[in-house]
Amino acid sequence: MSDKETKAGKTAAGAALAGVPPEPGAPKQDAILSATGVRRAFGGLVAVDVEHVEIQRGTITALIGPNGAGKTTFFNLLTGFDRPSKGSWEFDGRRADRMRSYQVARAGMVRTFQLTKALTRMTVLDNMLIGAADQVGERMWAGLFPGLWKKQEAENQERALALLERFKLIEKREHYAGELSGGQRKLLEMARALMLEPKMIMLDEPMAGVNPALKQSLLEHIKDLREDGMTVLFVEHDMDMVHEIADWVAVMAAGQLITEGTPDQISADQRVIDAYLGAHHDAAQH
Amino acid sequence: MDWQFVFSQALTQAIGPTMLVYALGAIGLNLQFGYTGLLNFGQAAFAAMGAYGLALGVVAWGLPFWWAVVIGLGAACVMALLLGIPTLRLRADYLAIVTIAAAEIVRRLARATVWADTTGGSDGMRGFSEPFFALIPWDRESTWTLLFVSMDSGRLAVDFGIFELQYSYRDTWIMVVGWALVLFFTGIMALLIHSPWGRVLKGIREDEEAVRSLGKNVFAFKMQALVLGGIIGAVAGFLFALSRANVQPDTFTTDFTFYFYVVLILGGAARIFGPVLGAALFWFLYNILSQGLSQAIRADVIPPSVLDSTQVGPLVFLLLGLGMVLLLIFRPQGLIGNKKELLFDVR
Repeated sequence: MSDKETKAGKTAAGAALAGVPPEPGAPKQDAILSATGVRRAFGGLVAVDVEHVEIQRGTITALIGPNGAGKTTFFNLLTGFDRPSKGSWEFDGRRADRMRSYQVARAGMVRTFQLTKALTRMTVLDNMLIGAADQVGERMWAGLFPGLWKKQEAENQERALALLERFKLIEKREHYAGELSGGQRKLLEMARALMLEPKMIMLDEPMAGVNPALKQSLLEHIKDLREDGMTVLFVEHDMDMVHEIADWVAVMAAGQLITEGTPDQISADQRVIDAYLGAHHDAAQH
Repeated sequence: MDWQFVFSQALTQAIGPTMLVYALGAIGLNLQFGYTGLLNFGQAAFAAMGAYGLALGVVAWGLPFWWAVVIGLGAACVMALLLGIPTLRLRADYLAIVTIAAAEIVRRLARATVWADTTGGSDGMRGFSEPFFALIPWDRESTWTLLFVSMDSGRLAVDFGIFELQYSYRDTWIMVVGWALVLFFTGIMALLIHSPWGRVLKGIREDEEAVRSLGKNVFAFKMQALVLGGIIGAVAGFLFALSRANVQPDTFTTDFTFYFYVVLILGGAARIFGPVLGAALFWFLYNILSQGLSQAIRADVIPPSVLDSTQVGPLVFLLLGLGMVLLLIFRPQGLIGNKKELLFDVR
């Protein structure tokens, strides 16, 4: 990817967000995801209570907040891995709050996990191939007739190898995923998600447990996703990283969306500082 | 004592009718447990569905043999759906609990006195195997020799010089059909496991959340594996019932399920030929131990004060259990498993 192209996606994202006011629930010109009244309570504890949020298409949006702010729960809700107590949202023009997790993925919103979920006793290549969508050979009866799916399998394999090349895992393709390091597993998980050709990719703490050297390459990969026209929403703690790659930042605290804005606006926002400090005081009581 | 006889007997059994029952049951279990990670502890009940479906169909309802076979397969299907629908959305252990309980319910229902007129209660049923043995393409007078294999008045003999394997007229037919079924289902498994469908199953075994996040309907895949594995279990049940020419509820205890597991773990789970090799080895060891000990007692090699013939059975199971423990310690991957794979077990 050339520098010029890299700039193109970033510039477009910046332009799209230029006039958006830095306040929670701010409307975007072309929202790929738009959620309203999302609430998730575990008994008496309200983990998520987001009034309204929109995610601009083609941007990298960071979701930050202190521990226990409800970021991952919100993620789980949006991706169908958890059910909301109430609320509704649309993804890419389709109502998505009733979808099951696999339907969400098929609709084009694919997630990764905070604790990486590599399929350890399968090869790296198999990990990739399982990600491909609409496979004929995944029907049980069709499995008996290799002629029906060999061609599609070869195409998928070609795509998988290209992605492994891009994520510098090509030499590991015949290794078990369990042999990879933590950082390589993160790369694999991201590459695997791309096998679905998603419109939006949700990364839950992509940098957790990754060594500094690999961190930089992961950052570049995430930027590349934007250049490929994907929308990225990621949960992160590290403000430096957020500054480096995010076009937009949404801040959650105690289950609520407290503010939104560009990384610079967020850094200067007193509410954010309070939220983090408040959380630290809370944390001391645990 | 006659070692030659002991070995011949054990080898005869190692590829004989009972071994085929274990192999088939374990092939089904391999799909469920080995590849998909489903803890089905009720494989005996799936076999019972096949066996009782056949027996009831032919004896109680007077249906043609093939219709009864269809009933047995259908019953296994229905049971898999009934057990799967409430549990497959939950964690793996729920299926384990439900299947082990359901297997016991099936056995109790089969031996219940309420409908003993139909099912025979704890005595079971017989008289359903005639149509099957009527299909034998050779007659009781057949006699031929081909290299070291010969048939003498309908009975099959395989002469290896030192050892001679002998099978009765009916056992020979059971073996022809049984081996055909084992090869057929092994072939089906090989095709399925190396297809994208099989890849999804392995993915589910590794981490079903991850597979779900990749847009796969995990529930549907698990259900397919449970149903297909259960159907193969029912086929094992047919063979079991036909080889004994009767069905008895108390042969379908949880022990039966655990033999399938022993066979699978011995051979190597998640290996295409694991169930077949495991079944042969398990049944060979079982027979060589029991025959060997019985012969040793008869020939006074082992004095009656140390071991008498009634104690042979329990002792054999004790030894097999010990062997199983040692296997799990020193070769947990089984006979042909891949040890490397076990190293990554993150759970």
